[in-house]
Amino acid sequence: MYATNYHRASSVEEAVGLASEDAKYLAGGQTLIPTMKQRLAAPSDLIDLRHVAAMQGIKVEGDKVRIGAAVTHAEVAASAAVRGVCAALCDLAAHIGDPHVRHMGTIGGSIANNDPAADYPAALLALKADIITNNRRIGADEFFAGMFETALDEGELVTAVELTAPAKAGYAKFRNPASRYALTGVFVARLGDGSVRVAVTGAGSDGVFRQSEMEAALASNFSADALSGISVDPSNLMADLHATAEYRANLVKVMAKRALIAAG
Amino acid sequence: MGLEGIGARVARKEDKRFITGKGRYTDDMTVPGMKHAHFLRSPHAHARIRSIDASAAEKMPGVVGILNGRQLTEDAIGNLICGWMIHSKDGSPMNMGAWRPLASDVVRYVGDAVAVIIADTKAQARDAAEAVVVDYETLPLVTSAAAALEPGAPQIHPEAKGNLIFDWEIGDAAATDAAIAAAAHVTEMKIINNRLVPNPMEPRAALGVYDEAEDHYTVWTTSQNPHVARLVMSAFYNVAPENKLRVIAPDVGGGFGSKIYIYPEEIVCLWASKRTGVPVKWNSDRTEAFLTDAHGRDHVSTVKMAFDANNRITGLKVDTIANLGAYMSLFSSAVPTYLYATLLSGQYDIPSIHANVRTVYTNTAPVDAYRGAGRPEATYLLERTMETAARELGVSPAELRRTNFIRSFPHQTPVIMNYDAGDYEASLDAAMQAADYAGFPGRKAEAASRGKLRGIGMSCYIEACGIAPSAAVGSLGAGVGLWESAEVRVNAVGTIEVLTGSHSHGQGHETTFAQLVSDRFGVGIDSVSIVHGDTDKVQMGMGTYGSRSGAVGMSAVVKALDKVEAKAKKIAAHLMEADESDIVIENGELKVAGTDKSVPWFQMALAAYTAHNLPAGLEPGLKEGAFYDPSNFTFPAGCYICEVEVDPDTGKTEVVQFVASDDFGKIINPMIVEGQVHGGIAQGIGQALLENAYYDPQTGQLLTASYMDYTMPRADDLPSYKVSTTETACPSNPLGIKGCGEAGAIGSPPALINAVTDAISNNNLTMPASPHRVWELLNPAH
Repeated sequence: MYATNYHRASSVEEAVGLASEDAKYLAGGQTLIPTMKQRLAAPSDLIDLRHVAAMQGIKVEGDKVRIGAAVTHAEVAASAAVRGVCAALCDLAAHIGDPHVRHMGTIGGSIANNDPAADYPAALLALKADIITNNRRIGADEFFAGMFETALDEGELVTAVELTAPAKAGYAKFRNPASRYALTGVFVARLGDGSVRVAVTGAGSDGVFRQSEMEAALASNFSADALSGISVDPSNLMADLHATAEYRANLVKVMAKRALIAAG
Repeated sequence: MGLEGIGARVARKEDKRFITGKGRYTDDMTVPGMKHAHFLRSPHAHARIRSIDASAAEKMPGVVGILNGRQLTEDAIGNLICGWMIHSKDGSPMNMGAWRPLASDVVRYVGDAVAVIIADTKAQARDAAEAVVVDYETLPLVTSAAAALEPGAPQIHPEAKGNLIFDWEIGDAAATDAAIAAAAHVTEMKIINNRLVPNPMEPRAALGVYDEAEDHYTVWTTSQNPHVARLVMSAFYNVAPENKLRVIAPDVGGGFGSKIYIYPEEIVCLWASKRTGVPVKWNSDRTEAFLTDAHGRDHVSTVKMAFDANNRITGLKVDTIANLGAYMSLFSSAVPTYLYATLLSGQYDIPSIHANVRTVYTNTAPVDAYRGAGRPEATYLLERTMETAARELGVSPAELRRTNFIRSFPHQTPVIMNYDAGDYEASLDAAMQAADYAGFPGRKAEAASRGKLRGIGMSCYIEACGIAPSAAVGSLGAGVGLWESAEVRVNAVGTIEVLTGSHSHGQGHETTFAQLVSDRFGVGIDSVSIVHGDTDKVQMGMGTYGSRSGAVGMSAVVKALDKVEAKAKKIAAHLMEADESDIVIENGELKVAGTDKSVPWFQMALAAYTAHNLPAGLEPGLKEGAFYDPSNFTFPAGCYICEVEVDPDTGKTEVVQFVASDDFGKIINPMIVEGQVHGGIAQGIGQALLENAYYDPQTGQLLTASYMDYTMPRADDLPSYKVSTTETACPSNPLGIKGCGEAGAIGSPPALINAVTDAISNNNLTMPASPHRVWELLNPAH
């Protein structure tokens, strides 16, 4: 790791004020710190967000859910309030990485990094969540802009995530045997207005994406059986050491079915 | 056996410090004035070094010195060697290319060290390394052994034309060919044994200290055999004279073979300490470990197994290409020859065997012994072929094995080994019973009702341990003898120190060696200390690998204990005015048999050192040493049965049952033996299901150089094992010990792959049986 200046921000304003082209926000550090240790990232300054009060806490009021950006995966996994309205999100959080990762990593850090194999982007995209930043509200469809790309401007800071609890939701992933990231993960949701959204992570060659064919098939019948006739096109899927695009295409379908079974 | 003697399930004495984080490893050592080394490594798989410019780096903060291959040559530091000479079948010696500790003209694999930067801190050394400018001219490269043998392949060492190191054979080609020609059935297979990265928990490290005042050298190093390191570093590398070199291997966190070898880094740290005048420490990071620790396996073979009309094997023909990487590591030549082809008879009575082995240079990390070393490769080849033959012949896998088991001992195989004892049917029966083999069809049907494909597979392995009779290995090309030494020191108060030339890096010597003494003299293991791993304390030894600490190391201790016992009895007899032949040692006392006369052990010891009242002519003191040279290899054997369920939707395999029945001969501590078997099976399941070192054939980059891409077994990949033992005593050593360190890794991969291929009804599976590969076999359209 190269030498870096550490700042502990105590407010959103202070954090944003410290931002610069060579600085990095430190949310949970579960990607950034290992990358720095390998000298693949060299921020001049680290702005630690974990102690910003306004980014903490989970609030559930009726079907409205607000999760502070600095909330850890373990907190979401253990939240009875979230479980009461969207258990799928708790189950997803409970299976991110390992216990160490879950107690350090945060939802804001995860989505701002937008790793193509991360779990949260699939959930937020399928749940049509809003990403709240220090100066605006961004819909998930716009926020996730490609592999490691988001709609965030330079220095813009995710402060919270807001969503409306779905009528039904489920998540299933097939883990990369080595890294345990999602080799393919599928989040299915039927929202309160009856619309169905299916978001796929781990498999897309340009990050998380919605599977519109499945959404159409599930609109009238929100069950695994509805997917039987669907064949997933591998042409826009990722191929690497661990899986071909064809294998990932198979996993998209298999995981979507399992997510539907989990959704109940 | 007593509460703490042979056969007792004693908790490990060393575990308190290990599990409380109080172990003392090489990287825990610090000395005044110590500086830190960082190795600058080649990013290219094959390149010529045009120039190295360190002028800017030398001026950077904290930099003490930057050294490269030119200075190493100035100081006449020798090439790294392979210590086992193999001759090709035409009689020519193996074609060994030069391995410089720091490459000076050509780099031959990604990770090859080209310079060392020594600075006040690790970070400064690394910063300076980034400022060293190496001008490389990249060269064509080759990563696979088969490709390296193709005409026109890139030439890696001028000494090895066409990259062929040797073309060796064993056995009777004509007789084997005749058996195949006359066979009622021939099973043919292509067998690939995948390349593995050893991954001990503790990465390699070294701390070199040159004391100018005394002209003396000390190196702390992560070694399985510090005495061999001292011998090689003085006799071949010219780093320091043997009498002025102290090698210390303190607590070592696992080795699995990869810490047998003497690597460039410890040589360079010690040499650089003298050259720069400061103590120099290096600690590998995990990526360096992936890149530069000697890898394991990497064989490609074809096999033909001939059967007569009664399903008896009449001949076995094997052709193997072994990838040795960019340089010949210390024992690399022995692994695919005398540690591999000599085990190709397995547990079977095979009248004719012929094996041809070609070893090849490639632009990859050096390959050497890794847990099992040649024996896993032989077992995998043989047991995959047996299972396949059973399927082709339409007989049960167990029956085919029973038909061919060796049943009388000693048994001379056609490939050197003379098996001294064993009962293979006993292991097979025990394993089949523990696995409820007969109940498998019911379990398969039940799994099918859940949409799962259930399969069962077995493996009957044999291995050769307790290496090895010195004259025998010498005649086969070994550069060293493989005896072991021991010294037993009884202190004046009766406590006992045992010095051994073997080395513990996780095996539990501090407990099991103490149990041996406890068993003999009836003293508690807390009053017995084991000393090892320091060439200033133990005069000479050959270290620990090949499951030799028990069979060879403990046998040396037994010889020393015999001498101690004889002298102790003399002293006790004198004290009690009895005949020494009437003295028995029980429960910490020396007694006159049949009387109530006795002296406590400590009183006898005190008498030895006060020397006030010793038998006439007897020297004071009580300390005896011994060297033990084994008369034969030992032959642990067993049967493993694996049951898996495959998810046809994803191709994921779950190991749902794993049974091991092993014959290790006499067992000192069953708990430690079970731990060894558990660990070995975990590594075997790792090889068969998860692990694979993969070099990109175009760039020569190791694509699996971290745990993000290299799948280490995790707890949830593994089942709870059912392990048990049967026992036939080993006649060739005094304790009847065979050794247990490698069996798990040897026996398990074929059992697992036999089970998966059974489950999916497709035999074209290569290791590892990753979900992706299995799914592709189940869905051939893709």
